[in-house]
Parts: sequence; C-alpha cells; structure tokens
Amino acid sequence: MKQNNLYNYILSIADNSLILGQRLGELCGHGPTLETDIAGTNISLDLIGQCRNYYQYAAKVQGEGKTEDDLAFLRLEREYKNVLLVEQPNDHFGYVMGRQYLFDVFHLLFMNDMLNSKDETLAAIAKKGIKEVSYHKRFSGDWVKRLGDGTEESKAKMQEAIDDLWTYTDELFDMTEADKAMVSEGVGVDVSKLKEGYYKEVSQLLAEADLTVPESKYFTRGGKKGIHSEHMGYLLADLQYMQRTYPNMEW
Amino acid sequence: MNNSLPFGRDAQRAERVSLSFNLKTNTMSDEQIRNLEEIFEARIARDEKIEPKDWMPEKYRKTHIRQMSQHAHSEIVGMLPEGNWISRAPSLRRKAALLAKVQDEAGHGLYLYSACETLGVSRDELYEQLHSGKAKYSSIFNYPTVSWADMGAVGWLVDGAAIINQVPLCNTSFGPYARAMVRVCKEESFHQRQGFEIMLKLCNGSPEQKEMAQDALNRWWWPSLMMLGPTDAESIHTEQSMKWKLKRKSNDDLRQQFIDQTVPQADLLGLTIPDPDMKFNEETGSYDFGEINWDEFWQVVKGHGPCNKKRMKDRVGAWEEGAWVRDAAMAHAEKNEAKKLKKAI
Ligand SMILES: [Fe+2]
Ligand SMILES: [Fe+2]
Ligand SMILES: [Fe+2]
Repeated sequence: MKQNNLYNYILSIADNSLILGQRLGELCGHGPTLETDIAGTNISLDLIGQCRNYYQYAAKVQGEGKTEDDLAFLRLEREYKNVLLVEQPNDHFGYVMGRQYLFDVFHLLFMNDMLNSKDETLAAIAKKGIKEVSYHKRFSGDWVKRLGDGTEESKAKMQEAIDDLWTYTDELFDMTEADKAMVSEGVGVDVSKLKEGYYKEVSQLLAEADLTVPESKYFTRGGKKGIHSEHMGYLLADLQYMQRTYPNMEW
Repeated sequence: MNNSLPFGRDAQRAERVSLSFNLKTNTMSDEQIRNLEEIFEARIARDEKIEPKDWMPEKYRKTHIRQMSQHAHSEIVGMLPEGNWISRAPSLRRKAALLAKVQDEAGHGLYLYSACETLGVSRDELYEQLHSGKAKYSSIFNYPTVSWADMGAVGWLVDGAAIINQVPLCNTSFGPYARAMVRVCKEESFHQRQGFEIMLKLCNGSPEQKEMAQDALNRWWWPSLMMLGPTDAESIHTEQSMKWKLKRKSNDDLRQQFIDQTVPQADLLGLTIPDPDMKFNEETGSYDFGEINWDEFWQVVKGHGPCNKKRMKDRVGAWEEGAWVRDAAMAHAEKNEAKKLKKAI
C-alpha cells in the first residue's frame, strides 16, 4: 500500500474514539442518575460517530474495498493502536470521569491542531469534532471538580482514580513511526508538542478540584504499539462477537 | 395540592363554592368538594386539559402519579434489556442507532418523572417505590434479550405495542402527561420502524440470520400480546380511567388492533407468527388468535419471570453505587452556594 503511514495514522486516531465509545456504551442504563446516563450516552455517540468517519476514510485510503466495520471489528488485538488510557475499565464513576477528562483535554488539543492538517478530510473531521469534544471536556471536567470538591468519600475516590490513571497519560504524547511521517508531511499532529500544555491544564483543574497532582514519574505505555492491557481482550470479545460469530453478513 | 384553591378557567365559580373555606383547619366541607368535583369532571368532559396547579380530586392525583410513574419506570427498566446489546452490536451503524434508542428511553423516563413531579412527588420517592418492589413496570422487560435479533423484535413488537397503548394518551386529560405522550410517541414510532428494519435485514440475509429473526419472533410474540394488559373480564378500574381519558379503548380492543397491524408485517418479513390458531376472519375483518397463557403473564407480573430479579438488582445496584456521586454533587453545589453568598457579603 502506497499510503501505509496515512492509513496507520488514521486508524490510531479512530481506535481511541472507538474504544472509549465502547467503554462508555457499556454503562448505558447503569449510571448514578438519568442525567449522567444521557450525557454519557451522548459522548459515546459522538465518539462512535467520529470513529466511523475515520474508518471510512481509512478504508478509502487503503483501497482494498473494505468497510468501516471490517476495520472496526475484524482486526487482531495487536492491530488496535489506541492508547491504554481509553481501554481502562469503568471501575466506578470516578474512573469513568477521570478517564474521560484525561483523554478529553488531550483530544481537544489534538483536534485544534488537526484543524490545520493539509489533509482536507482530517481537517474536516476535526472541524466537526471540536464542538463535540469541547462539550465532553466541560462535562468531565465539571464532574472531576464536583467529585474532588464534594464529600470526603468522593474526594478519596476521585483521587484514587486520578492516581491510577495518571500512569497512562504520558503515552498520549508518544510519537509512532506513522506519527512522525505524517507530521513531516504536514498531515499529522505533533503530539509531543502538546504535552506541556496538557499537564498545565490538567494540573490547574485538579488544583481547582482540590485534588493532588500525582508526582509519579513512572508511566505505562504500549497501546500505540498494539500491546494492550489485560482488559482489552475482553473488550474486543464483546465488540467483535457478532462479526466473528457470523462472518461476511450484513446487519 | 388537593386542598389549594383552584386557578383554572373555573376559578371564579370554584371560588364561590369555597368561600366558606375553613381557614383554621384548611379543609373543605364534603359539599364543597362535591361541587369542585362536578366542575372538574365537566372540564374533562369538555376536553379541557387539567394542569398541575388546578384543583383536582385526590383520587385523580394519585391515579395519575401511579400510572405515569409506572410508565416512567418501564422506560428506565426497559433500557436494560436493550442496553445489554450495545457492546455487542454487529456494526457501527447499529451500535450508534441502539445507543440513541436507549438514550431516547432515558429521555422518556425523564419527561415522565418530571410530569409526576408536577403532582408533588419527587423522583427519589418514585425510585424508592420501584426499588422496594411497591411500584410496577411493564412486565415485558422481564424477558431476556438473547440474540441480536431481539433488538429487532423488541423495537418492532414492544415499541409497536407501546405505541398502540400510548397514542390514545396524547389526548388524555392531564396536560403534562398528554404533552409528554405526543413527544414520546413520535420517538417510539421511529424505534418501531428501526426495529422492523433490523428484522428486514435479517430476513433478507443468510439462513442463520433468518432463523435468528424467527426465533426472536417466537419468543417475543406472546409476551407482546400480554403487554396490552389482562383480558377485559379481569381488568379493574377501567370505567374511571375511561372518564379521565387515561384509557380510551379496552385491553382486548388494543390487542386486536396490535395483531391486525402486526400480522401483515410478519408476512412481509416472511416470518411465521407462532400461533397455529391465527387466522384471518372474513366476517370481522380481523385476525382470530389462539389462547394466551395468562398463567405465564401472572407469574411474570408477580415477580417470577426470567429476569425480574436481575432487572431489579441492576436498577438498585446502579442507584446504590451512585449514591456517593449524587451526595458529592449535592455537597459541591452547597459549597458553591456558600462561596457565592460569602462573596456577596
Ligand atoms: Fe414507552
Ligand atoms: Fe420509550
Ligand atoms: Fe422506544
């Protein structure tokens, strides 16, 4: 394939949205209030919508006549390139909002940059996505503040989630081969440059939420290389169940 | 609410009636209440809408809280069997549509709880009734969704039966309920079409897909007929409900309407209704059908269906696990209020 880097690049962005959308979808009907359920479903819907745009585009770039569903459902675990952060489970609502916020801050910075991509399709997806992602960040950030500056119990739980998820933040800024190639062509986002702004913004909100910014300098990475956490196989077992059980059918 | 003065169109007349209102005890004489009730019933007979601030008989208020909350509970418990397939939906398009559908049901729950709140009962109180088993919800949601085709069958049949039940309620006498139903019914009919479309795709697909669709119809057909309520001979409170426009047709009539509408759709799909006695009756222009297993109906209503315990466990679990989140939101809001106050001073 001529445009291998572009194809891999699009997939890696798409996978983040798909996997996070999948995680949020698992919660539908089980949230702490009807309102949070509706909002969580909304975010999931936005992310699934975004990943469809990416996969459709990736399929076109690949040029092998594959569909969005082939790409979303029929790869091996090692071929999914989402960051570890988005596949982390819905342990409790603090984790759900923490995971969301830690991703949303990155996602918005990323989209804002992708707006300037030389690739018109990616720029157009970013243009559409920025409004959605700004809303996601406001929603998750508000909840981090509420839980951090709520009760003793909620503060402890929110801190626990931030402490546990922090280890996955640094990977967001890793540059893969595809990233580097796409940056050099003016198509991709140089995520390494987003790092400073990211930690500054997150630290500010955590302070506002009366939470402690974790000091750990040890980070866990792997998703971008396709080496996932133990959770991923189960997530994919659900996600791929129908496509694997009933191959080559239309739904 | 029930003892407050009326503010509706009949306010003046009602005021005359209640002139000798006993200020000390805040109660009315039996005769005053009888007069107010007459005015009230006359308003309903003239097709006027009753609004939350209007005077209403206590029984009207209670009956509405019961029916609307039961409806609200059905919407949110109904999210569970369909939510069960979100993570396994077979395509991205279907996943998005299912997410949107389940989200609509949550929205229906919200409007209906809000309509209940206008009658002076809080959402928390209503949840408490659901969780303790005191309040009922539609029994259909106590059946399991075991295949993807169930997402089709539920949309097509369950949302379909819900529409038959609810369209007449768009003209019910209580304003907030009627308005909620207009919006809800629009969305339910979208759900029904979407469910039918899932079935159609399966029926035009591989033999396995068609078999999946037939199996789903086999399992959901009878419970859907039961959804329209016990047969008229066993149905209680119908007369009062008819007068208040909470019920406009009998259960048996609604059931017949559902069958007559659905059988031709099954034909179109090439599926067989699992009822050997189902036959078109030239004389009545309707389908005759076989005996409904009412023992099964009552078994599920009384809490012994395949998923009653699971559904309640999920609802109660979500509520209890979410308590710390709701407490935190409350505490945070109070802190913010206090901060604002301090600033103002
Ligand atoms: Fe409904
Ligand atoms: Fe509904
Ligand atoms: Fe519905």
